[in-house]
Amino acid sequence: MEVAFIMILPVLLGAVLGAAMLIWWERRLLGFWQDRPGPNRVGPFGLLQIVADVIKLFTKDDWVPPFSDRVIFTLAPTAIVAGMLMGFAVVPFGPGLAIIDLNIGVLFFLAMTSLAVYGVLLGGLASNNKYSLLGGLRSAAQMVTYEVFMGLSIMGVVILTGSFNLSEIVRAQEETWFVIPQVLGFAVFVIAGIAEAHRLPFDLPEAEHELTAGFHTEYSAMKFGLIMVGEYLSVILTSAMTVTLFLGGWLGPDFLPPIVWFSIKTGLFICFFVLLRASIPRPRYDQLMSLGWKILLPITLINLLATGAIVLSMEGAA
Amino acid sequence: MSEAVLQPAADTVAGLLQARLGPGCVHQNTVDGIPTVWIPESRIVDALTYLKTGIDRPFNLLFDLSAVDERLREHRAGLPQADFTVFYHLMSLDRDEDIRIKVGLSGEFPHVDSVTGVFANANWYEREAWDMFGITFDGHPNLTRILTPPLWEGHPLRKEHPARATEMDPYKMTQEFQDAQQESLRFDPAEWGMTAHAAHTDFMFLNLGPNHPSVHGVFRIALQLDGEVIIDAVPDIGYHHRGAEKMGERQSWHTYIPYTDRIDYLGGVMNNLPYVMAVEMMAGIEVPPRAQYIRIMLAELFRISSHLVFYGTFAQDVGQMSPVFYMFADRERLFSIIEAITGGRMHPSWFRIGGVCQDLPEGWDTMVRDFVDYMPARMDHYEKMAMQNSILKQRSVGVGQYSTEEALEWGITGPSLRATGCDWDLRRKRPYGGYDQFDFEIPVADGGDVYDRARVRIEEIRQSLRIIRQCVDNMPSGPYKATHPQTTPPPKERTMQDIETLIHHFLNVSWGPVVPPSECCMMIEATKGWNSYYLTSDGGGMSYRTRIRTPSFPALQMIPLISNGFMIADLIAIIASIDFVMADVDR
Repeated sequence: MEVAFIMILPVLLGAVLGAAMLIWWERRLLGFWQDRPGPNRVGPFGLLQIVADVIKLFTKDDWVPPFSDRVIFTLAPTAIVAGMLMGFAVVPFGPGLAIIDLNIGVLFFLAMTSLAVYGVLLGGLASNNKYSLLGGLRSAAQMVTYEVFMGLSIMGVVILTGSFNLSEIVRAQEETWFVIPQVLGFAVFVIAGIAEAHRLPFDLPEAEHELTAGFHTEYSAMKFGLIMVGEYLSVILTSAMTVTLFLGGWLGPDFLPPIVWFSIKTGLFICFFVLLRASIPRPRYDQLMSLGWKILLPITLINLLATGAIVLSMEGAA
Repeated sequence: MSEAVLQPAADTVAGLLQARLGPGCVHQNTVDGIPTVWIPESRIVDALTYLKTGIDRPFNLLFDLSAVDERLREHRAGLPQADFTVFYHLMSLDRDEDIRIKVGLSGEFPHVDSVTGVFANANWYEREAWDMFGITFDGHPNLTRILTPPLWEGHPLRKEHPARATEMDPYKMTQEFQDAQQESLRFDPAEWGMTAHAAHTDFMFLNLGPNHPSVHGVFRIALQLDGEVIIDAVPDIGYHHRGAEKMGERQSWHTYIPYTDRIDYLGGVMNNLPYVMAVEMMAGIEVPPRAQYIRIMLAELFRISSHLVFYGTFAQDVGQMSPVFYMFADRERLFSIIEAITGGRMHPSWFRIGGVCQDLPEGWDTMVRDFVDYMPARMDHYEKMAMQNSILKQRSVGVGQYSTEEALEWGITGPSLRATGCDWDLRRKRPYGGYDQFDFEIPVADGGDVYDRARVRIEEIRQSLRIIRQCVDNMPSGPYKATHPQTTPPPKERTMQDIETLIHHFLNVSWGPVVPPSECCMMIEATKGWNSYYLTSDGGGMSYRTRIRTPSFPALQMIPLISNGFMIADLIAIIASIDFVMADVDR
């Protein structure tokens, strides 16, 4: 279990640039689905739009509200991005291609995404704005709830593999991808992933039609930029983890190198995320909660029990 | 005419009222044929209570309430002496009848009893009358400024209040004035009728608007919250007030038309319709059939345009991102037709007194037909995308519900009324401007909730398409403007041949038409409900009083009733389902 220091820079750059590209890609894709061009003016296909946006965000007045809790207000966006970036450390992009091949990779991933929740929560509270407060409250309830199912939904995979190590999990899918035996776990994990990334239809902490911008109402300039990047990082991370856990990770026919397979699968899953955003309305806060506790929790528990029972009985037979 | 004072038959409502109140009632004859009764000011509560509860098939809708400053009016022979008049326009849907009650008040700042105890929606109307005229309504629970800012001086619709900036001194803002204004904005829950604490909770007060993505304009709601649950919601309006009624008193009958476009700014020429029809009725102009058809076609196109905006923003407000883009693209197609016909898009100001501005351009029928063929498939598509979506249903079914009785009590009209199961559509019940020649259905729903309000409007789009198709198929030939001398601008063909036409043309274009002294109220089924223009002419080239009754104004007053106890997210859905335009509320 060594840290592959040489991987750190490429992964960091890749993740941050990927998140930036994703902003452009999502807007183009939404435009395509919504009968409009999307950003197509700056550079070829509007590709330089991100550069323009970043320049804009860097040169904007970085206003910290005088009524806020300055320290926490400033730290919160950092916590979001840092938590998400840390999560990338355990993602196996190919065989042996991970910063660190932790034997508790799954747990590490869960821990890091939970850390990002603090960013949202504290950012909302520190803003000392009523809309932010409501956004923070919603995110606290929503993310803590969905954290539970996210963790539980992966346990089926862990049982089947017998390991928390992500590379092991990928290798265990050489016969069949876990999406087939663990279809319930897969569904719950994806739903929980969207809720974790707080994107439409589960963007209740922001819910611009209700709470203007929710927890980040008071954020401006690059602090706002960081929150945006954090959101897109979490989209990428959730997609990458879904691919790793359920869709065979880097596995694929030999004519393409494993890392390309991994990227293709992750990319497609990101597009799926965008499509969801383009098509589904937002449930109400209490409806989201009851969906979680009354439907998703029983499903994950049943899934877990069934997986456990089947594995035990097969071991007993063997 | 106002001087012709008549005695009503005993079996009419006016006769019943006369029998009830005894002598002292004066019956006025108005062009619109609505029985108009002047009663002693002390009997107003009694009279309205009688009409609402004392007769069978009662008058249970207070359609409009406002005032007229009578002090400068010259042609009012036969009418009781009054400095100010407060009028109450009641409707009985069961009888399909209207009655207009007037009380004459004397004095500089007169008093009259409040009727808020009889009709719930009188609350805002009386506040408006106080704000605009300085008439005090005794017994009103909260007689404060509603359209003008809290520290406004004067009452704008009084005749002595300046109507133009040139009649006033240059505007200066001192530091004290600014501080006082700022201070007056400080939020004090008690002023809004809210308490900060209950036995076991401290409430949170959330200021939603006037700048908020979901309030559709500049509209503010002060919310008293327990968690996310709304304990009380108090709407605050007036941020979009432009004094449209006051402008009516200084614009010629003709030049006021563009101002009407901007009342319900999504309704375009639909706003022109009640105004020009009221003027035509007063001047006695018969509109030729082609003009009627053109008007109906354009009005229905604008109904579709307005409903498409409603549909898209409704979906957006419950968090569905895409529909609004498709619907705005469709609306853009529609605007290209409007543009080809009128030259304008949102505010064409295209109807004229006595007809429309121009004849239809060549090829108009192909454009309209293409659109009418294209839309139904799109509507099916949207139905699947939005209305059948289970999350959207969860968000809207059973939310913000009210009954027909509640709707009438609060003055709710149009699609929002029909969503409660009441099938009253003015196009069908009182076919105006040629609607009797069209075949269409009146969509009705029976739940009265957010979902049903959307459902009715969506079905109305299909019915409007039907009407438009009939317009294309049956468009009559002939002139697009009446030959009546008051038609403005008059047909020009013969101006160079005979002096009489030339004189009319010159006068109508330079001064504008002169309308004989009369009163007329014309109501139509506008995009958002019943819209009426109640015009008073004193025999001049300008209106003496222009009263605009809009459907959005009473709808907002009802928000607390239907949203208390729900969550913030529901409030957003409720607001979206009301389908209002702030310019239509504040005028």
